[in-house]
Amino acid sequence: MQNKDKTRRKVLIGLTSAVGLSGLPFAATPFIAAWNPSAKAKAAGASVKLDVSKMQYGQQIQVSWRKQPVFIVRHTDNSLKSLDLSVSKLADPNSDNIEEPYRGLNASRSKSPEYSVFSGVCTHLGCAPKYFPEIEPKPWDATWKGGFFCPCHGSMFDLVGRVFKGVPAPTNLIVPPHMFEGSILTIGEDKEL
Amino acid sequence: MSEIAGKLFTWVNTRLPIANTFERHLSKHPVPSKVNFWYLFGALAAVTLIIQIVTGIWLIMPYSNTEEQAFSSIEYIMRDVDYGWVIRYMHTTGASLFFAVVYLHMFRGLLYGSYQKPKELVWIFGCTIYLAMMAEGFLGYVLPYGQMSYWGAQVIISLFGAIPYIGESLELWVRGDYYISGITVSRFFALHVVALPLVLIALVFLHLVALHEVGAGNPEGVDIEEYLDDDGVPLDSVPFFPYKVLNALVAIGVFMTVFSIIMFFFPEGGGYFIEMANFQEANPLVTPDHIAPVWYYAPFYTMLRAIPDPLGGLIVMAAAVAIFFVVPWLDKSKVASIRYKGIYSKIAITLFGVSFLTLGYLGTVGVTEIRKTMSVVCTIIYFSYFLLMPIYTKYENTLEVPKRL
Repeated sequence: MQNKDKTRRKVLIGLTSAVGLSGLPFAATPFIAAWNPSAKAKAAGASVKLDVSKMQYGQQIQVSWRKQPVFIVRHTDNSLKSLDLSVSKLADPNSDNIEEPYRGLNASRSKSPEYSVFSGVCTHLGCAPKYFPEIEPKPWDATWKGGFFCPCHGSMFDLVGRVFKGVPAPTNLIVPPHMFEGSILTIGEDKEL
Repeated sequence: MSEIAGKLFTWVNTRLPIANTFERHLSKHPVPSKVNFWYLFGALAAVTLIIQIVTGIWLIMPYSNTEEQAFSSIEYIMRDVDYGWVIRYMHTTGASLFFAVVYLHMFRGLLYGSYQKPKELVWIFGCTIYLAMMAEGFLGYVLPYGQMSYWGAQVIISLFGAIPYIGESLELWVRGDYYISGITVSRFFALHVVALPLVLIALVFLHLVALHEVGAGNPEGVDIEEYLDDDGVPLDSVPFFPYKVLNALVAIGVFMTVFSIIMFFFPEGGGYFIEMANFQEANPLVTPDHIAPVWYYAPFYTMLRAIPDPLGGLIVMAAAVAIFFVVPWLDKSKVASIRYKGIYSKIAITLFGVSFLTLGYLGTVGVTEIRKTMSVVCTIIYFSYFLLMPIYTKYENTLEVPKRL
């Protein structure tokens, strides 16, 4: 009798605990989900459009998409050719080790041969690298051929946002979804994707 | 009159254990009769915690936790609220001094073996308090939504992104937006003013309850419980109240003087307590030229920077804090106090102190080749102090610990 009672009690305790615990994920759901981006935040993070035909050759502008800088560079033929000069310094010249929506973009790393479009968020810890297009010795690199330098932890990227070897940033700057309709560039949306 | 008061006291005391608690934890609580100044920082930490809570409550009243108004509400506190500047500077000075006294308190623990059996749990609760303080300090620093708030938070939240697979979605979840927005600020506000203070107070309570259970230590590492008088009270002890309380009041007076000098004359601490970039409103599109953490995180930030890979940096930085938790099991010495430990322990703790301070300095300045090498060397020394502890504490000649204090 004594033994039978104990078994019953153990089974009951086990079952009650299991039922109770199974409620835990349900109870936790609203508390965890409430931290996701709200519908309002998602709407504010939709795409931005701009006309890039007014840009000067060699000019770099930054636009804000999701309040993060996106860099747009309009290249000259010379600057595109000069990319080859520093290719030996690059860690991943063909963007093989990077998760972005695109594969096999042209040399400027966008859907237009003339423009580069990439995120201005350093892949190391999220600072905004600065544009130094001049071909001249720099404190951080005596053989600088133009590109981007991150002031926070010294990561270097070339003119199309490809990362140098031996710097803290692990990958190239990311190319966001984008499309050109004539000279109108849309960032954050690509109908072909 | 006194008769009524006496009756009232009896009425309450039969329903709430006032006299009992007062005796047990204050007037009859034995503490070692001989300690030195290193034993004052616990009391100072408690005082600072109270200052932070009181000033914090007053700061919540005029502060606004929205993206548009967070920064301007701080300016409003500084310029328009009567004495608002005093209350805010009390809070910012308090934050830095809280870390200062806690670092000294922790160093005391390492010097005199305050983590050794049976004080392991006191030490672990203490380490958890330190961890909660680091989170609390970080969240608080984001609230003014200045440039350094924004970019500091950007760097720290990006650390979550270094975690494989879930990193990026975790980052988005922590921010609740695609950048550090008003949504992020208001959730950090809730954590900073409600969640973590509750955790901190609970942990301080546990820290003290565990301490009172096992008894306070002393710089000689003598176990005062060995020699008791006829009433079972340790011979080398004095009651906590009034002896230690009055003692601590003097220290608190000195501490308050230092506190006031900083608060009134150097509230920015030369850019170490409040960084200059934080006097500009957050701008997600422009990174300040030089991102440095406030001084109390600097040693760990240097370690993060010393490792080229973000995930590796995150692991090393987390390990640097986590390793404190296991110190009670790393120290194999027969004695507690550095006074009776051998030469290896003395060299080790000196190198550790120097490397910690050097790491701190390196975290506040820019990166050069030589500093990078120094960061790596100091990180190795920092970890060696802990990881080699089981060896050097076991195989060194210790001195005989006296029987009495």
